[in-house]
Amino acid sequence: MNTSNITLPAWLDIVIIPLLNIALALLCAGFILLLIGVNPVEAVGIMLNGAFGYDEGVGYTLYYTTNFIFTGLAVAVAFHANLFNIGGEGQAYIAGLGAALVFLAFDSSLPALILIPFGILASALFGALWAFIPGFLQAYRGSHVVITTIMFNFIASALMVYLLVNILIKPGQMSPETRYFEVTTWLPKMHEFVALFGYNITKTPLNLSFFLALLCCVLVWIYIWRTRWGYELRTAGFSETAALYAGIQPKRVVVITMCLSGALAGGVAVNEIMGVNHRLIMNFPAGYGFTGIAVSLMGRNHPVGIIMASLLFGVLYQGGAELAFEIPLITRELVVAIQGLIILFCGALALMLRPLVVRAYLVFRPVTGGHA
Amino acid sequence: MPAWLADLYAILDATLRLSTPLILCAMAGLFSERSGIVDISLEGKMLAGAFAAGSVAALTGSAWLALLAAIAVSMCLALVHGFACITHRGNQVVSGLAINILASGLTVVVGIAMFSRGGQTPSLASEQRFLPVDIPGVDALASVPVFGHFISAVINGHNILVYLALLSVFCTWWLVYRTRFGLRLRAVGENPLAVDTAGLSVSGLRYRALMICGALCGIAGAYLAIAQNASFVREMTAGQGYIALAALIFGKWRPVPALFACLMFGFLDAIAIRLQGVELPGIGEVPVQLIQALPYVLTVVLLAGFIGRAVAPKAIGTPFVKER
Repeated sequence: MNTSNITLPAWLDIVIIPLLNIALALLCAGFILLLIGVNPVEAVGIMLNGAFGYDEGVGYTLYYTTNFIFTGLAVAVAFHANLFNIGGEGQAYIAGLGAALVFLAFDSSLPALILIPFGILASALFGALWAFIPGFLQAYRGSHVVITTIMFNFIASALMVYLLVNILIKPGQMSPETRYFEVTTWLPKMHEFVALFGYNITKTPLNLSFFLALLCCVLVWIYIWRTRWGYELRTAGFSETAALYAGIQPKRVVVITMCLSGALAGGVAVNEIMGVNHRLIMNFPAGYGFTGIAVSLMGRNHPVGIIMASLLFGVLYQGGAELAFEIPLITRELVVAIQGLIILFCGALALMLRPLVVRAYLVFRPVTGGHA
Repeated sequence: MPAWLADLYAILDATLRLSTPLILCAMAGLFSERSGIVDISLEGKMLAGAFAAGSVAALTGSAWLALLAAIAVSMCLALVHGFACITHRGNQVVSGLAINILASGLTVVVGIAMFSRGGQTPSLASEQRFLPVDIPGVDALASVPVFGHFISAVINGHNILVYLALLSVFCTWWLVYRTRFGLRLRAVGENPLAVDTAGLSVSGLRYRALMICGALCGIAGAYLAIAQNASFVREMTAGQGYIALAALIFGKWRPVPALFACLMFGFLDAIAIRLQGVELPGIGEVPVQLIQALPYVLTVVLLAGFIGRAVAPKAIGTPFVKER
């Protein structure tokens, strides 16, 4: 039976099938744990406790969540225009370069009120620039954005190694990183921020970029579903020829969308460089760009879904760190494997369970539900 | 023999060694992509194959068993890719990415559980590996002035998998251009509907292509873990799967041009190692990172249509829907 033409009620398509897919992925992860001789139930307990059990854990969870929201949004915006941006990793990396260059030049001469917005803008701009080239090449030169963004990840990595080892390195030290930036460039930490209102929470890396991430979610939602540009973006993603007929220029949409996507990926630099590390270090995006793909797939490319998926990955990262600490057999790479499973089940195999669900639906649907 | 010639031969020798995994993976990718399935998971399959080879060689002591294990594991991942992309018409890039990430995580997790060495497999003794072999009759050629030197210094004295990689190029060419299977393979990548109309199974052909792809990636992985090195190390593929993909595109999805692209990228890698810290007359020190990034830059330039034109198989990336 061909079930792909049968429409399901929205709640089945948007809620139940994704949840089933996530459940399958986590089931597989549990199976892996069993194989290496760890009790999955115990492991989940340790993870949840590590992520939510005490306020330091919550802080770390939300700090990771911030990165995932940025990269998840970056992938999602591109997805809506039918573009697959695998280059979030490289874009975030180059965005860090943007912020670092601004700070290295001006951090001793300008006040924080100018430096911080300037740093955020520079991050977004450099991230956008690194995505602009693949976008431009796809729109006007016919190369495919998937391959070029993969290549640009490697080029970014080589470029940054060169710059950090030879040029930006702080003189007189061995490790390839810049000097610390002045305190005026530091994005306030959450515990400092809430202290202004008289509250007291534990010191964690969580900083104000968390609010910036949430703001980006709102802006992305408005942009995609409530503006003319978003309408053009979705139309061009749905059908290039239809867009052309409607007077939309799909090529321009491709370039603009890629720039937006890169700018959003640049948010990782805001969190990591301006919020936490306060200097440019080697390989600070640490895979967040790739996780963004899993986040976006899980969140069905919608800001609300992305926030929830980011939170889940935040829990996985922070809980996973706790797990690695408690059980020596387990390392951080377990989280990487789980991420792979989630991309597999929520992305590539997203339609696997649909025929089953359709069949179940046909059996149990309300009798008055009309024809299928 | 003058010193510069000895240097050149040493670089060419290293080129061949460094190109081998690229060649095997590029041929693997050729089968998959020519059948219409995008495969960015060469990297992950190679990594999983390397891990399987490293651990089976350590456990059983047999290099050949290890090679078989690498092929088997890599083919399993290719099956997953096929299951997602062919059977369930999933997004091929997403599926490939999932396999890469899964392999990168699982090899370390399982490696630590099995050997408790931080993700590395135990070091292998030389009889558990593929060692350099001498081609019979090379000694007789050694006295021939230039040709003999070249043969004995560059071509001779590699392990058997290097020669297998070169052989795989010929086999790929023959299979793709001179057999019925190859004709159908190319057709299914260009116009699957026509293949379907002719009464052939699009899925069957694509699955077969992916199986060959998996086997070749497995050999490449085994080469890394038990021929070029003496153990599996985490993330030991280090992007070579992607370079192979770049080489495949650079070779415009054809076996022999792809071979030359692999050799060129291998050559760049070989001179990058030798140029480290060397001042070139007139240029100064060439940054190693520049040479390392060159394969990627060149591929982007090629794809942008500035040197020739790389046209992918027409049906690549689109799942085939039989029922309308």
